[in-house]
Amino acid sequence: MQETSRDTFPRLLLKQAEIRPHRPAIREKDLGIWQTWTWAQALEEVRSLACGLAAQGFKRGDRLAVVGDNRPRLYWAMMAAQALGGVPVPLYQDAVAAELAFVLQDADIGFAVAEDQEQVDKLLENIPQCPKLQHITFDDPRGMRHYPQSELMSLDALQALGRDFATRNPEFLAAEIEKGGAGDIAVILYTSGTTGHPKGVAQTHAALIETARVLVAFDGFTEKDEVLCYLPMAWVGDFLYSYAQSLVAGFCLNCPESPETVMTDLREIGPTYYFGPPRVYESILTQVMIRIEDAGWLKRRMFHAFMGLAKRVGMDILEGRAGVPLKDRLLYRLGELLVYGPLKNVLGLSRIRVAYTGGEAIGPDLFDFYRSIGVNLKQLYGMTETCVTVSMHASGEVKLETVGRPMPGVEVRIAESGEVLVRSPGVMMEYHKRPDATREAIDAEGFFHTGDAGFFDAEGHLKIIDRAKDVGRLADGSLFAPKYLENKLKFFPYIKEAVCFGHGREEVCAFINIDMAAVGNWAERRNIPYSGYADLASQTAVCDLVRECVEKVNRDLSADAALTGSQIRRFLILHKELDADDGELTRTRKVRRRHIAEKYATLVDALYSGKESCFFETQMRFEDGRIGTVSADLRILQAKTTSATAQRKAA
Amino acid sequence: MSLAFGGVVALQGVSFDVREHEIRAIIGPNGAGKSSMLNVINGVYHPQRGSVAFKGRRRRRIDPYEAAKLGIARTFQNIALFRGMSVLDNLMTGRNLKMKRNVLEQALYLGPARREELEHRKKVEAVIDFLEIQHVRRTPVGRLPYGLQKRVELGRALAAEPELLLLDEPMAGMNLEEKQDMSRFILDVNDQMGATIVLIEHDMSVVMDLSDRVVVLDYGRKIADGTPEEVRSNKAVIDAYLGVAH
Repeated sequence: MQETSRDTFPRLLLKQAEIRPHRPAIREKDLGIWQTWTWAQALEEVRSLACGLAAQGFKRGDRLAVVGDNRPRLYWAMMAAQALGGVPVPLYQDAVAAELAFVLQDADIGFAVAEDQEQVDKLLENIPQCPKLQHITFDDPRGMRHYPQSELMSLDALQALGRDFATRNPEFLAAEIEKGGAGDIAVILYTSGTTGHPKGVAQTHAALIETARVLVAFDGFTEKDEVLCYLPMAWVGDFLYSYAQSLVAGFCLNCPESPETVMTDLREIGPTYYFGPPRVYESILTQVMIRIEDAGWLKRRMFHAFMGLAKRVGMDILEGRAGVPLKDRLLYRLGELLVYGPLKNVLGLSRIRVAYTGGEAIGPDLFDFYRSIGVNLKQLYGMTETCVTVSMHASGEVKLETVGRPMPGVEVRIAESGEVLVRSPGVMMEYHKRPDATREAIDAEGFFHTGDAGFFDAEGHLKIIDRAKDVGRLADGSLFAPKYLENKLKFFPYIKEAVCFGHGREEVCAFINIDMAAVGNWAERRNIPYSGYADLASQTAVCDLVRECVEKVNRDLSADAALTGSQIRRFLILHKELDADDGELTRTRKVRRRHIAEKYATLVDALYSGKESCFFETQMRFEDGRIGTVSADLRILQAKTTSATAQRKAA
Repeated sequence: MSLAFGGVVALQGVSFDVREHEIRAIIGPNGAGKSSMLNVINGVYHPQRGSVAFKGRRRRRIDPYEAAKLGIARTFQNIALFRGMSVLDNLMTGRNLKMKRNVLEQALYLGPARREELEHRKKVEAVIDFLEIQHVRRTPVGRLPYGLQKRVELGRALAAEPELLLLDEPMAGMNLEEKQDMSRFILDVNDQMGATIVLIEHDMSVVMDLSDRVVVLDYGRKIADGTPEEVRSNKAVIDAYLGVAH
């Protein structure tokens, strides 16, 4: 495609409809069957939506809030806004009304497209604080019959309005698209900040399209690829990997029927490209392991035998390395037929050419598992402010502990303090309405300060240690990287979340959340009854199980001189899961360290004052917004630590 | 309506009406004859005296399949689904009376039979969408948790596109969240699908919130009939529930 410097998303849509009008552009599973729209049909839908919005008074530069699960019509709404020179602002569908209020005000939202009644209710609740919001369009009409509000209109009605407008002004849309420039803002994505209010990251068409082109070239995407869109539309990853990439490469997006059916839909579609945070891969693996435990003797034997083989030679075969004996190769082929193939098929990963993960560190066992059965899993690193793309593993150069080499066009520099700095075409334009924060983040030379601490290894791969401001020191001056410790703990299937404390303290202590599914299954196998999460978390056997995990981490830490001081001395198991609805995690499930330290201050004190147990009452928020209290008597447990010298003697 | 099983009198001279599009609740202490009343409307029991008038036609004896053909569907208190069949297949059985093609045509899946099957599948998918059970479409019903089974039971009744829906204790054994969900579905069925609903329920708050009018039975007799507010303050009803010193 020539004219790269002039491209905007609407122009790309026109190009796709011109070059491949009959290829599938987007699919949705509705009423049990997959409905497909071609690029030509998609263009028509966008046309009627855009004209409808224009008829309602949507002007160039206006913002359109989009909130709901991944649905074709919501993607088209974003394209429609861009076609008119406006800016879509996708929001997290599981945010509660109060969280939406901030974004609606900050982005001066006048128009919104909501998926269903649930989202409409949240928006209506906010109208008193956001009087500018005057047009709410909804897609699913269920439950909407008796709503009297004048702001509401169904999407069908909007499109009808739009078709009418288009007939009266046939040249309108083409003219509007022509007016758009590559330097215009294409989208504002609010980062779910771990501290304070979220900030709106404004990215231009040029930045996103340029980045998407680099990605498409890197992995060789074509119109034949298939992607399942199940990650939140408000997240930069979905915008880039689904929306932007499909407009550049022309491949098809697939929207699942509902969040609960994602795994079955994955199997039906068999995508060729997949992205997920480590959590998703972990939950898939946990389910596999649980089901294997329930399988018959023969299946279990086969599984464990062939997984052993895969562990030994699978990764070498995937990478195409020489030196794998013929016998092993043949056995691996047999394994593919009997175990790996069917396994990948059940998980929907049979056609995967590349699978990515990022956002947090991934456990070594997890990473190896997928690669050993032939799923080309790789890591990448980036953030909303840089259009995600900072570094990625190239196929054939995948190393567990790193996040790959900087992508073409991306400059990465490590500051004196160890902070990672990035300069690339993908760096954001600004934080919406926050010139102060923008100045802080992007320095005079155009480098974005990521806030992560990292370094380059001998082969030029980037390694990320922790958030720069979280890397602390213990009382004796030794290094304390809480995220590093937490990740090591979370690598165990039984531990879902962990928070470590230790900056400025004598020793390291931790809060731990158990994984209900894995530990529940473990307990059932041992005939240990439990009545719920809090009950399970307080059982002695479970405490011992977690203690073993902590002690193993301690042993690993003792092997490294810099980290041996960070071994975890005391810990407790929380009676309730840390949750984004309670403000303890961000919407992308990252730990909000400071908030948790404040909220659970009593427990932190108990950990450090040598108490055996501590009674604690927390408030938690139910999914409909109501608040309830959960209380428990939490036991505080000691974990054995290994001395550095003992480890070296053993080695 | 009078119904007796040998010496046991289940219903004694009970009369009431159900208006189109309303939600009518039948309440009363245990053993009052509520399920029997529903069974009589449905045709499962044949009363000794009395008759049921539905849409202008009055009949004394009616068979269950005739009632179903007239547009009366029901759910059962203890769930009467085919445990080994998937949710989808169970809902398809709800379309049974509307299937016109004969056995041979269906077995060979010829043109008309195929078209009919697709029609029915489409209607059933609409019910699945309405009840939000897509994720268990192919799961054998016996493996589902109780709350979901009750929803599938409701789904099967809805698949028959009824004009009158009889619900026998739809909320039994459910926790607060499940009751809220079920209440929402019942209201949506009444509102969006236009079905008239007769429901037996023990949870007073559900009855008060959902129903337009209430009938109260005690020991086979009708002791009150009116709006929820009227019935709640009726002395005879309070005595029946709380007991009276003799």
